Amino acid sequence: MSTAASEQRTGGSRLIWVPLAGFVLLFAIVAIGLWRPADRTVRSALVGKPMPGIALAPVVAGKPGIEAGRFAKGQARLVNIFASWCIPCAAEAPQLLRLKAMGVPIDAVAVKDTPAAVAAFLARYGDPYDAIGGDPDSAVQFALGSSGVPETFLVDGNGRIVEQHVGDIRAEEVDGLAAKVRGLR
Amino acid sequence: MRRAILAALALLAASGVSPLAADTPLPAQPLAYTQLADPAQEARAKALMETLRCLVCQGQSIADSDASMAGDMRALVRQRIAAGESPAAIRRWLISRYGDYVSYDPPLSGATWPLYLAPILLLLAGIWIARASFRKRRR
Repeated sequence: MSTAASEQRTGGSRLIWVPLAGFVLLFAIVAIGLWRPADRTVRSALVGKPMPGIALAPVVAGKPGIEAGRFAKGQARLVNIFASWCIPCAAEAPQLLRLKAMGVPIDAVAVKDTPAAVAAFLARYGDPYDAIGGDPDSAVQFALGSSGVPETFLVDGNGRIVEQHVGDIRAEEVDGLAAKVRGLR
Repeated sequence: MRRAILAALALLAASGVSPLAADTPLPAQPLAYTQLADPAQEARAKALMETLRCLVCQGQSIADSDASMAGDMRALVRQRIAAGESPAAIRRWLISRYGDYVSYDPPLSGATWPLYLAPILLLLAGIWIARASFRKRRR
């Protein structure tokens, strides 16, 4: 009887550490979450896959839309998802102009925009685009797995999506992006 | 701080500059806020919309969100349901674009199996603990 009681006591003394261990574990999980917050960027599942067949009507006069089969013509290009009402897109404009000056072909998808607003945007911030297709109901955004503006897709000469850049292209990212496009040619 | 904000607001009002609106000038699509005419189709669309994640608000379903992108996704769901597509096919199409993240109904996979197994294991552990403690009491 006394041995059984002492066994129970030692078992109990070991069990006493369980709540503390649980607390330490929980604390560690919360601390990791605080110091290294999870990346909440929604990325397209189409990276590495062929560009969906999209055909978009032109938005502004004198600039073609995006015709079907445009992305499988042997030339790597950037597809910039932008909108005139998007402020980071305006911040991104100088970087796109520099990319164009470096010889990188850029097409655009104007999301939920009006021709007049796009024309005003291009007049104010410059026009780096070879073609601009309109996406009035976000259908192309969904087809591409894009979740906001601006986003930029790097498409190789066979029409395969190589990379998705979420958010505006920063000045320090221009050279790397241009080198990637050149490498795909 | 408050005075600074008031001063900034007064300056803004005086200069005639309106705050920048970072939203689309286009009106919402009709099907973003209008139910389908067929109640059965609308019920199917609603059930699906409640289990699809709004991509720009992330913590909400597209049925709950007022974001313009969520509205466009609702329109997409309703258009496809009205065209006769099944909810499962629409979910698959979105998952092929955005990954499992877009769905609030995660499939059983390498990363999600603990989600499905943990409740069963916890229930078994509970039964085991309850049995052990009942036995002790009976003795």
